[in-house]
Amino acid sequence: MIEPILILQMIEAIPIQLMIIFAGLLATVSFIGLNAILLVYLERKVAGFIHRRPGPYEVGPHGILQPFADGLKLVGKQIFTPTGADSFLYWLAPMISMAPALVCFLVIPFGPHLQIFNTNVGMVLILAFTGINVLALCIAGWTSQNKYSLLGAARDISQSVAYEIPLLLSILPIIFMTGTFNLFDIAMKQGSWPWQWFIVYQPLAFIIFFICALAETNRAPFDLPEAESELTAGFHTEYSGMGFALFFLSEYAYMVIAACVTAVLFLGGFHGPGVSGWWWFLAKVYILLLIMIWIRWTFPRVRFDQLLNICWKWLIPLAVINLLVTLLVIAL
Amino acid sequence: MIVKSIRETVAGMWSLLVGMKVTSKNFIQPNITVHYPRQSVKSLEGYRGHIELVPNEDDPFKSKCIACNSCVRICPSACISLKASKPKKAAAKEGAADGAEDKKAPAKKAKPELLSFVLDYNYCCLCGLCVQSCPSGALRYSSDVYLAGFSRQEFVIDLLARLQYQAQKKGAANG
Amino acid sequence: MNLDLRLDTSGDFYAQKFQPTKRDDTLILNMGPQHPSTHGVLRILLEIDGEYIVRAEPVLGYIHRMHEKMAEVMSYPQYLPNPARTDYLHALAWGWAHVGAVERIMGIEVPERAEYIRVITCELNRINSHLLWWGAYLLDLGAFTPIMYSFDDREIIMDIMQRITGSRLTYCYYRFGGVSDDIDDRFVNETREQCARMKERFKMYKDLVTDNFILRKRVEEIGEISVQTCRKYGATGPVLRGSGQAYDVRRAEPYSVYDRFDFNIPAYDTCDAMGRYMVRMDEMQESIKIIEQALDSLPQGDFIHPKAPKRAKPPAGDVYFAVEGARGKIGMHLVSDGGKSAYRLKLRAPGFSNLSLFAEVSQGTLISDAVSILGSLDLVIPEIDR
Repeated sequence: MIEPILILQMIEAIPIQLMIIFAGLLATVSFIGLNAILLVYLERKVAGFIHRRPGPYEVGPHGILQPFADGLKLVGKQIFTPTGADSFLYWLAPMISMAPALVCFLVIPFGPHLQIFNTNVGMVLILAFTGINVLALCIAGWTSQNKYSLLGAARDISQSVAYEIPLLLSILPIIFMTGTFNLFDIAMKQGSWPWQWFIVYQPLAFIIFFICALAETNRAPFDLPEAESELTAGFHTEYSGMGFALFFLSEYAYMVIAACVTAVLFLGGFHGPGVSGWWWFLAKVYILLLIMIWIRWTFPRVRFDQLLNICWKWLIPLAVINLLVTLLVIAL
Repeated sequence: MIVKSIRETVAGMWSLLVGMKVTSKNFIQPNITVHYPRQSVKSLEGYRGHIELVPNEDDPFKSKCIACNSCVRICPSACISLKASKPKKAAAKEGAADGAEDKKAPAKKAKPELLSFVLDYNYCCLCGLCVQSCPSGALRYSSDVYLAGFSRQEFVIDLLARLQYQAQKKGAANG
Repeated sequence: MNLDLRLDTSGDFYAQKFQPTKRDDTLILNMGPQHPSTHGVLRILLEIDGEYIVRAEPVLGYIHRMHEKMAEVMSYPQYLPNPARTDYLHALAWGWAHVGAVERIMGIEVPERAEYIRVITCELNRINSHLLWWGAYLLDLGAFTPIMYSFDDREIIMDIMQRITGSRLTYCYYRFGGVSDDIDDRFVNETREQCARMKERFKMYKDLVTDNFILRKRVEEIGEISVQTCRKYGATGPVLRGSGQAYDVRRAEPYSVYDRFDFNIPAYDTCDAMGRYMVRMDEMQESIKIIEQALDSLPQGDFIHPKAPKRAKPPAGDVYFAVEGARGKIGMHLVSDGGKSAYRLKLRAPGFSNLSLFAEVSQGTLISDAVSILGSLDLVIPEIDR
């Protein structure tokens, strides 16, 4: 029998950082879950209203319980592995897709005192971990034993590889202006009024970053890896039940991450008129998410080669020019 | 060349914004759909449900049908089947089913009585040819929109029984 | 029975027939018969090199219902509901082709009012068909919203039509010698209102879709079909007009009262998917023009010829009657031996000819472009398979 004192000592022996990270991960998981529920509802409602219909309406008042019903349905579905698929890799892929998303939330400063893990390489960490998602989609497409999945995975890889470059190039001016990779410091460098935010100094970088974020998160009009009318469902054609649900969750998680990073880099993070705090941050994030949803329900999908053309012919040159001009201004 | 391409792209970007304006305008406008279980569609006028028999003016329990078989013959899906008693010369009539039209006039004396009128709604294509072909105006469309069932058997409808049931209900409501 | 064939896992009969190829770096992709962008049960076998199509072959017959055989078994009036089932989107044009053929062989006269009613309803149906195509095409290209807006308009037209014809999609409205029911003032007023509303809606459609940069990039210079190719495969309708040839049965061999109306035949010589898209968008406006003129000059009189035969029994002989459907020239070749049902009825489905050129046109394009081309042909599979 262990003495209670001993347990306390054991707990004390654990580094405080580790405990914070552990608690943070738990908080992140619940945050992602909550966000996914909200976003599913929001997406369907916004789509509904754009189509002049009510959207989900039957489950609960104004269909507010619809995401739970969806979740329940997905949990209840049969877990099905297609014939000839490598079942280990096949089921590993959704997990690989989901796990890095959790880590990314650790370094995002939600409020002046609301950041789980303040590190000097926050931005790098997010870029590194979101990159892992490509691997997940690649594995999912390859192991599905489905030609549509394979095509979807191939599309995703070339898309992600292409869009990493302008994404980085559009972040660099901000990094040069602030001199830090620390997301908290970047947020602190911006004032509380909209004209003190970096979007005013770097409008072009903002646009490039936002377009790249859409492409990185496979959102319409860049949802080519899962282009419904061409590849039925792309890389997740064969996934059912929770496998599909994890891909679905991670897509929304990456959307939220993209919106969070945009808010920190360009929209002043948690700063806002009046009292700064997490409420401003969430408001900005949700406005960005709303714009993403709005875009999805307005535009047709671009074609695959056009998608790459936009990147190589427009975004990268523009990002480079923008970077050079910024450097010149800073140097002067 | 480059200038033209840049101009084209900028104009294209503007067109995207115009598109977003259209959807946002629609976003704030009210819904146009009908919330079905709570509301239902207003105008069902002209809706063709399955056919039903028109009751006789004098006797609501009897149909106007004269059992001439023209609906049976015209139905493209062959989903109507009717049986009629021929009070006196039943056997003779049965043999000459094809020439029923010619015998319409002499049949006036001995009016065949409708025994059953069964519609197999599973095969009905709702063309309305039977209603138009009926010489006595004994068929009409019901306005029964909300039809659903668990088996095919539920849609094999005995229209005569339905007519009598309706007459009964009506009679109960009146008296 | 060939057991080898059954045990072979490399695909069914068509896939095996498609297999032999000189290249070993290509992939056979089976698109359909269940695929979101083949609209129904069209199956296309694709040999792809990366995303580029090396070879394409449509496989038909998944919804073959023997409509031609049915005509030989059923009596003429019994066959009336059938044409609407071949092409459920432009049901009235098919119905018109059938009654037109029977009227021509029997020499039945159609009252003027009935002709006008036919024109109005057929054009309303054409607008409906094009609206659905428009929504579905945008769905193929990845935009979900337009189909909802087009269905909004379609519902109103369907409500108008339902009051008169009794159905919403597979109309059985035309009869030998006229139509089954007369139109009333309410129909006229509602149609006028809808025409005025549609004109406003077209502006919205233009802003939302036609001018959209992404859409233009998806359809311009995609799937170029020359007039020669169209002639080779017998393509008609918007596909031919999108290639610059202003051929329209309503103008080329006028039937009914179409020669009395003033309307244009839109044609675009860009030959691409955008040309076909624009032809259809313009055609809807032309249809509205026709409807408004017909409503203005709607004559009084019978809606069906009083002496129209209840049971058609045409004399022996053969006749061909063609109308302009939403997808092209609909033709019915009726051969009668003087009996109660046709000896032979040949249905010329425009979609069949239009689809035939896909194999040639899609070569060397991307899968996304193939979807775009397929959509721009406006295929209705039941009509192709008949």
